[in-house]
Amino acid sequence: MKQQLLDAMDIERERGITIKANTVRIDYKADDGETYVLNLIDTPGHVDFAYEVSRSMRAVEGSLLVVDSTQGVEAQTLANVYQAIDADHEIVPVLNKIDLPAADCDRVAEQIEDVIGIDASGALRVSAKTGIGIKETLEAIVKLLPAPEGTRDAPLKAMLVDSWYDAYLGVIVLVRIKDGVLRKGERIRMMSNGSVHHVDRIGVFRPQMQPVDELGPGEIGFLTASIKQVRDTRVGDTITHEKKGCETALPGFKPSVPVVFCGLFPVDSAQFEDLRDAIEKLALNDASFSYEMETSAALGFGFRCGFLGLLHLEVIRDRIEREYNIDLITTAPSVVYHVYMKDGSMRELHNPADMPDLTHVDHLEEPRIKATILVPDEFLGDVLKLCQERRGIQMDLTYAGSRAMVVYDLPLNEVVFDFYDRLKSVTKGYASFDYQMTGYRQDNLVKMQVLVNDEPVDALSTMVHRERAEMRGRAMVEKLKDLIPRHMFKIPIQAAIGGKVIARETLSAMRKDVTAKCYGGDVTRKKKLLEKQKAGKKKMRQFGKVDIPQEAFISALKMDS
Amino acid sequence: MPSANSSMAVLAGDWRNGGFGLYVHWPFCEAKCPYCDFNSHVVRLIDQTAWANAYLRELDRVAAEIPCRVLNSIFFGGGTPSLMHPDTVATVIEAARRHWPFANDIEITLEANPGSVEAGRFAGYRDGGVNRVSIGIQALNDPDLRRLGRIHSVAEARAAFDIARDCFDRVSFDLIYARQDQTLADWEAELRQALSMAVDHLSLYQLTIENGTAFGDRYDAGKLRGLPDDDRAADLYALTQAVSAEFGMNRYEVSNHAHPDAPSRHNLIYWRYGDYVGIGPGAHGRITLNGQRYATEAHRAPGAWLAAVDNGSGEKPRHCIDMADQADEYAMMSLRLTEGMDIERYQTLANRPIRSNAVDKLIDLGMIRQDQGRIFVQDQGFMILNAVIAELLAD
Repeated sequence: MKQQLLDAMDIERERGITIKANTVRIDYKADDGETYVLNLIDTPGHVDFAYEVSRSMRAVEGSLLVVDSTQGVEAQTLANVYQAIDADHEIVPVLNKIDLPAADCDRVAEQIEDVIGIDASGALRVSAKTGIGIKETLEAIVKLLPAPEGTRDAPLKAMLVDSWYDAYLGVIVLVRIKDGVLRKGERIRMMSNGSVHHVDRIGVFRPQMQPVDELGPGEIGFLTASIKQVRDTRVGDTITHEKKGCETALPGFKPSVPVVFCGLFPVDSAQFEDLRDAIEKLALNDASFSYEMETSAALGFGFRCGFLGLLHLEVIRDRIEREYNIDLITTAPSVVYHVYMKDGSMRELHNPADMPDLTHVDHLEEPRIKATILVPDEFLGDVLKLCQERRGIQMDLTYAGSRAMVVYDLPLNEVVFDFYDRLKSVTKGYASFDYQMTGYRQDNLVKMQVLVNDEPVDALSTMVHRERAEMRGRAMVEKLKDLIPRHMFKIPIQAAIGGKVIARETLSAMRKDVTAKCYGGDVTRKKKLLEKQKAGKKKMRQFGKVDIPQEAFISALKMDS
Repeated sequence: MPSANSSMAVLAGDWRNGGFGLYVHWPFCEAKCPYCDFNSHVVRLIDQTAWANAYLRELDRVAAEIPCRVLNSIFFGGGTPSLMHPDTVATVIEAARRHWPFANDIEITLEANPGSVEAGRFAGYRDGGVNRVSIGIQALNDPDLRRLGRIHSVAEARAAFDIARDCFDRVSFDLIYARQDQTLADWEAELRQALSMAVDHLSLYQLTIENGTAFGDRYDAGKLRGLPDDDRAADLYALTQAVSAEFGMNRYEVSNHAHPDAPSRHNLIYWRYGDYVGIGPGAHGRITLNGQRYATEAHRAPGAWLAAVDNGSGEKPRHCIDMADQADEYAMMSLRLTEGMDIERYQTLANRPIRSNAVDKLIDLGMIRQDQGRIFVQDQGFMILNAVIAELLAD
């Protein structure tokens, strides 16, 4: 048996993260002699999946707050624990990984009290790896967490906790029964859209799927109902019977909205259909991922895709590359701008290349976030500098022990790209970061174009703040000068706003590239060089007369300082 | 395009455009030079008789496959072929003569190091049939010779060169430039000395740092400093062309200069994409048999090669070169020559027209010139020939 049982995807195991919620049911014979049925959900922790987390929280009565005793409280811990508090959970603090030499339980317990403000004096000390403290944890669940409530005789009211696609069974829906009883063969209705399905099978995870005859109040289990698309099963939705259903849905349901967009293009344009296939298959299993076809003069045919956040983007991209074997060019992530036109209408802008003509534009609004950063105090200065550089407005700064908690109001577009990388690098990996969307605000934003050899390269267009445009433009053309190989002719590289050039570099012509010696024995070697050159050229995108390497489309936008 | 049958006939004879030569590789040196990535080995004792016999067996084997060709050239390369006993050289030449009729103007070249011991053997080589030597002088100042890891001095080199001139009508020598810390002025002065010494042929190579050499390791470790960047290397190359022209020693190939009647015929066979037999450890060949061109390569390690010859053949399994690759090879080699590439010959091998948009683009950029059915690389184009070829041959 694999050690990490619940994180099934390779990417989850590799990154040590949970993307999909998972459940398990345990029959536990407690010290009081009773046997209890425990339903556990392992939720994703990352901010991108905050909505899924909030639904999981509503599906259960209490939480185990598991904190790594070698790392301590992270920004993510905070966001999730507040969700649990919002859900009125009884919270049991658990310190994990105590078998490791670096474990420091007393310090971490103190941190939990300082930073989160819950009593951690009785925090359980556990090693999931060696089994220490597991028994105590199960006892704590039985003793400290409230038992589920609910009425068997009431109309069926079940929360859709998560869902995923299975090639054999169709969509598998994870549900928590609040009221009523769900049985195999019944007809159910999704309250958000009224769609009706016939339940093929119901069961529980132990952790393998095990069929049951019925699921009653307090139980967490799965159902299948020949549903073809995950899209038809929305997390947070309320499930009831088709007939004699409940009157009101559970509160808090929200359809998911993508906040970060980027273009995905196949490196080899012949793989476009494969990419379409891959994206369609992934979308089957991921309702929060949206896509539409996009054509770029530089990159050819591809898709503009919307994601819940950066991790979500990376996960989808990795899965396409790995599971479908397609090399991708990913364009710089962009946020959704609100473009207010002079005629009073508002347009959503997902791609800077689509920015309407300025003469018709009244003003622009951009999404802002509230970012929470926890950082050891020796790196605080660097973090503040980074946030200021990214147009941040400081909202709060507090200390908990030797760590500072900084809260900043930041434009999302300054964060979507390389903020997290920069944060990690200036803090040597010691900072943790989390954010939530706060809304839109007007700012002086302009579209900056990049011209290579006097031709605009659409994939390099970005939205920037007017006051920072010169600096960004300069940095970009300097980067591009290094990224684009020398050609047989000199190439001007410019950044421009509207028709006005704000930064310019010239890539000088290639001066020397010749094999000095080439005799009989060298033909084969020379041929290999030629093949290498040909292969290298295929990794470039031709733009007018200029070949631009793929990595340039991402690297050019990164800010080093 | 010619019809299929006549094109087979044309292809079977394509090698005639370049001629037919024999390359003999001698894999031993007294000391390994830090920049050299050729197949050379340093050993204490060499059984000259065993090596002579092995070469003869290989010649017998290959000649049986390719009879009745007029031999245009023999080239003893290495390694350091001037470590061969003159009798060993004479034996090989004699055997070649038995197998293939010699062209009237056959060129028989031997590469030599400019040491005093080697120079003492020059007369012996001449008596054995060698009619041209190519001497690895490499530099005309002692500090640079030492940095290049050469074991001779300028004085020794000049003395060896004088002896060579007494023994042979045709003498060439090599210099390596674009060295560490070499200025344009340093190189110009040295080049002028070289050109005033030169008889009829001079090879002027820019120092190239190859993987797997001592220089390669030092370079990777960041310890090989003062090498010219591409811009300075290009300036050095341009200077070399201008100064050589003053002395009537124009470039006829990227790095080779000669009087109009004195290019190396052997090397022209490579660059005109003729057929050549390669024998000796690691030697490569291109031979056409029954209308099919093959790439041959011998076992590299001297001991392994000797053993393989003993078992019947020193060659590794041969590879057929398909037509598209032949066309690429022809273009890669012929474009190195100022005489240029024959477009019709290229198109026949490639069985498709040359990419006219690439040709037009390169003409526009001043990299090549097209005239009377040939493509000639221009001055600017020679400096970036790899890129020019890649553009022309792109899929």
